[in-house]
Amino acid sequence: MSYVIGVTQEESVPKAPLREIPPIARQFHVWRLIGAAVTLLIAGSIILSLSQNEALNWPVIQEFMFQERVVAGLRLTLELTVISMIGALILATIIANMRLSPNVVLRSISWAFVWFFRGIPLLVLLVLMFNVSLLYPEVSVGLPGQTPIWSASSGDLLNPFWAAVVAFVLHQSAYTSEVIRTSIRAVPKGQIEAAESLGMTHLRTLQRIVLPQALRIAIPPIANDAINLLKATSLVAFIAVSDLLYSVQQIYASNYQIVPLLVVAALWYLIIVSIMSVGQWALERRFGRGTARLGTTVKAAGGKNR
Amino acid sequence: MTVIEARSISKQFHHHTVLDNVSLSVAKGETVCLLGPSGAGKSTLLRCLNLLEPLEAGAVFLEGELLGFREQHGKLYALSKRKIARQRQHIGMVFQHFNLFPHMTVLENVIEAPVGVLKQSKLEAKRHATELLDLVGLSDKAHAYPASLSGGQQQRVAIARSLAMRPKVMLFDEPTSALDPELVSEVLEAMKKLALEGMTMVVVTHEMGFAREVADRVVFMADGAVVEEGPAREMLTNPKVDRTKDFLARVL
Ligand SMILES: Nc1ncnc2c1ncn2[C@@H]1O[C@H](COP(=O)(O)OP(=O)(O)OP(=O)(O)O)[C@@H](O)[C@H]1O
Ligand SMILES: [Mg+2]
Repeated sequence: MSYVIGVTQEESVPKAPLREIPPIARQFHVWRLIGAAVTLLIAGSIILSLSQNEALNWPVIQEFMFQERVVAGLRLTLELTVISMIGALILATIIANMRLSPNVVLRSISWAFVWFFRGIPLLVLLVLMFNVSLLYPEVSVGLPGQTPIWSASSGDLLNPFWAAVVAFVLHQSAYTSEVIRTSIRAVPKGQIEAAESLGMTHLRTLQRIVLPQALRIAIPPIANDAINLLKATSLVAFIAVSDLLYSVQQIYASNYQIVPLLVVAALWYLIIVSIMSVGQWALERRFGRGTARLGTTVKAAGGKNR
Repeated sequence: MTVIEARSISKQFHHHTVLDNVSLSVAKGETVCLLGPSGAGKSTLLRCLNLLEPLEAGAVFLEGELLGFREQHGKLYALSKRKIARQRQHIGMVFQHFNLFPHMTVLENVIEAPVGVLKQSKLEAKRHATELLDLVGLSDKAHAYPASLSGGQQQRVAIARSLAMRPKVMLFDEPTSALDPELVSEVLEAMKKLALEGMTMVVVTHEMGFAREVADRVVFMADGAVVEEGPAREMLTNPKVDRTKDFLARVL
């Protein structure tokens, strides 16, 4: 055995450096190329047929893209999304922390909240909130059994816009609280112990150590939620709140340009979603500081003065 | 003068006794090494000293002040979380797995608590942090993120971060156990420097060389109790109790 090994070594060792190692040949993946060509062909013909389709009527799309009512509807859609999402984030953080609390009452209430508002369809919730005055005709503040200090009819308090906001906040916070809860739990226990051993209070530890790390994990799913919410706000058309979709419907109800106006709405949703995706990317960069092993050795995104 | 003292403390996890009537007293400037087999309760004792674990019986005193409770009418009442946080400021703790804050640079890690808790100005905190990073030999890494540092460097940052609170005592729980062998000595060197500067320290370690060279006193624990304690040299070369002899024979 040792003899054989000795021979092969003697033969191969001096030879290796003499031979030059050829470069690796470039590979052609025939099927991949054919696949790409076919897909391109299909995509191209769809685009071509769309651009020549009379029903699409590009001049009309152009005309209505910045039409007054469309822009007003767009503004309302954005307001609805932003207000609802901010409200949902605040409520979701509270619900998530209740769920993580050692107190069984808080934990149960939070569980029941999520169970309920995740369980009923958003449209049902929306219409219910719109009709809340049937359930509670009047809202009053005061001690039970006494004449109220203040009261108002709920129809006055909750106009369709705010009814929609309440519905979206309740619905969205049920989902987002689960994202926040799992993200908080993903922060290692050692982080909290380190913070506490430095004398940081519970609240401060949450603010400075736990939430920033939890947010890094939570941003992609929360961005997803926000994008979903933007599109879900189009449901307010059912309760006659003139958002983007409702405005567009109103316009085509009178001029019958159904497809071009739906394209106008679709384009606007696409544009907003694209902007939101850029925002998501920036946030991920901001909260991802210190996570990549390479490339972030020195400061990452925008922290020069800190 | 006694800096930190555990008086007859007991601790259970699910009816399983982990610390049984343990007492430990550490004088100012003293370095005490806690030795003992796995599961002896060394980490638990350290965590009790820092109020990270609630006690079942006994008490911990820092410079004579009762920690975590106030005494009234012959009974102990738990302090609020805020007051406990305040008492913890004076006790530094270094963990086996460093536990640096990954989303902050080295400098931000070190100044976080002085600025946030002690309300020092950023400038003052930074000046102190720079000194401390110098002490642990990492002044060139101030703006690096923890993920880009070696384990030994991360642990030295963790030491600086604790020191930034100017603690009265430093607790170390196996600070070198998670490190590659060639990185152990840089951390031990930093700790030795600290001991020589007169810091009061309690160190759980399996590094017998460090215990022999740096510790003033060695405490040997097994099964949740202190088995034997004494001056470092004497204990390590000439233990009296069989459990200690067995343990030392295995690790030395
Ligand atoms: N959070 C916990 N819940 C339940 N049991 C625990 C917990 N922490 C520690 N224990 C138990 O307490 C005992 C002592 O643990 P401890 O970590 O203090 O030992 P140690 O001396 O530090 O050991 P090691 O050298 O392995 O770190 C062990 O039996 C362990 O299983
Ligand atoms: Mg341990």
